[in-house]
Amino acid sequence: MEVELTDKKQDSVLDKKIVQRVAKLSSLAVKEDELATYAADIGGIINWMEQLNEVDITNVQPMVGTEIAQLRLREDVVTDGECKEDVLSNAPERIADFYAVPKVVE
Amino acid sequence: MLTGMKITEAADGLRQKKFSAEELTKAHLNAIDKLNARLNAYITVTADAAINQAKEADKKLASGDAPALTGIPLAIKDLFCTKGVKTTAASRILENFVPPYESTVTSNLLRDGAVFLGKVNLDEFAMGSGNLNSAFGAVENPWKRKGEDTFLVPGGSSGGSAAAVAAQMAMGATGTDTGGSIRQPAAYCGITGIKPTYGRCSRWGIIAYASSLDQAGPMGKSVEDCAIMLQSMAGFDPKDSTSVDKEVPDYRAACNRSLKGMKIGIPMEYRAPGLSPEIEAVWQQGINWLKDAGCEIVDVSLPHTKYGLATYYIIAPAEASSNLARYDGVRYGRRIAGDSLDELYANTRGAGFGDEVKRRILMGTYVLSAGYYDAYYLRAQKVRKLIYQDFMNVFDKVDVLLTPTAPTAAFAKGENQEDPVQMYLNDIFTVPASMAGVPGLAVPAGLSSQGLPLGLQLLGRPFGEETLFAVGSAMEKAANFTHKPTLLAGGSL
Repeated sequence: MEVELTDKKQDSVLDKKIVQRVAKLSSLAVKEDELATYAADIGGIINWMEQLNEVDITNVQPMVGTEIAQLRLREDVVTDGECKEDVLSNAPERIADFYAVPKVVE
Repeated sequence: MLTGMKITEAADGLRQKKFSAEELTKAHLNAIDKLNARLNAYITVTADAAINQAKEADKKLASGDAPALTGIPLAIKDLFCTKGVKTTAASRILENFVPPYESTVTSNLLRDGAVFLGKVNLDEFAMGSGNLNSAFGAVENPWKRKGEDTFLVPGGSSGGSAAAVAAQMAMGATGTDTGGSIRQPAAYCGITGIKPTYGRCSRWGIIAYASSLDQAGPMGKSVEDCAIMLQSMAGFDPKDSTSVDKEVPDYRAACNRSLKGMKIGIPMEYRAPGLSPEIEAVWQQGINWLKDAGCEIVDVSLPHTKYGLATYYIIAPAEASSNLARYDGVRYGRRIAGDSLDELYANTRGAGFGDEVKRRILMGTYVLSAGYYDAYYLRAQKVRKLIYQDFMNVFDKVDVLLTPTAPTAAFAKGENQEDPVQMYLNDIFTVPASMAGVPGLAVPAGLSSQGLPLGLQLLGRPFGEETLFAVGSAMEKAANFTHKPTLLAGGSL
């Protein structure tokens, strides 16, 4: 199989502004000097992905998960519990039986 | 040397009282002491717990009630949650995370008597093909090019698992495979590894990368060793909604099955123009071995093969961007403060994740974002369906496919790194089977002219692991791959 790599560097589809927007959507702090690198890297990858446009997907159903394993539903019953200390064991801080965290409701 | 044995040999030796489980575990802990400072295969070594588990194993062996893996020292990829033992995913964001529960796969291994030596290194969140993306440093491949001391990568993402087994710092290891992360490092380190059918092993308690692709599997010194480990790891688990309720067959017995009349497909699309002549020669050798074993060789076509990688690099990052949204620095893990809540999230994730993880989160968010979803993600899901159908069509005609595992032997740190796409090409032969969810077994088959291991891959029908073990055993016998790496427990360092 041939994999085209040669023209991937030319005109990246991503500019710094798009990276900045995606970084915000991703809740990722990206430094100003990293924006151009990400734009070039990810732009290159996105260009390379454009090869999928040559595949005829008319009337093809999307594959969601795999065809092999089917999602199951279980009874809506309690299966676990009485493990307060386990649940709290990684808490950065706790007050009595509660997590103590920065204010997360604005 | 106790560390030089396979699991099959050690299990016999333990039952014949030639040595104790405690001696076996201590021999491996000594090997870790000696080699880990250089190879960096282990992130965490649990020596005291391992010795205690080994003592328990000796009691069980004495009582006669000892399951298959009793007293066998294994390494666990640091992506499996282990109760009370730090589990990092090789990421700063989880550097102090201690799970209060045990993953299903590791619970199964413990139930069957295994001893855990510690947690082994990987690419951060299993994202990589060279084990260069770890917050705890790169892993060195114990193999060396002839007459050189160049640092070669062990492959990834299960690079610590592969290096630990190859250097005899563990008798076997767990790995996970999303696009080739068991098979490609197995090939680079001259060991055996199998990615089972999606749904065969429970994903419960394994830190998620791309949930529709992630699958756990064993890595070991022989096909039979992998069969014994998978026997224990596999099985239905109600706690994983995609676990398949299907009986686990006797994989070890399958290793001795006859191959008479079996049809082996050779997919023409894997004969890439840039394929190294050495890999091509090993592949032809494999074809001859299977012919000699009584198989019929059939040329087949999987026309959408070339789109596997691009499809993978849309679907996997998309799922990753969603899975990794949970790391926000609030209830556990690293936290970096900020002036607002949004800033706290962004700072935590900006500092906690490494470059490749950030790149994939950004890529995944981009392909899922409004206006791009249909063009990238939905299209990729449709191409994935075509790749799946390619496999189902050929499995009407043949039982197994034979391909190379990776396009090259292990590369040096620094090579292939300038360009992310170049790095992604390492997975070119392993990714299509991941997209289709079918099982794949990597077996070492020969050495390159530079003295590095080269592997062959067998792909099977969904839940066709037994056939893979049968064909793999025959190939292993014919290859008689007894070469050992330069850096080895008991060897020179």
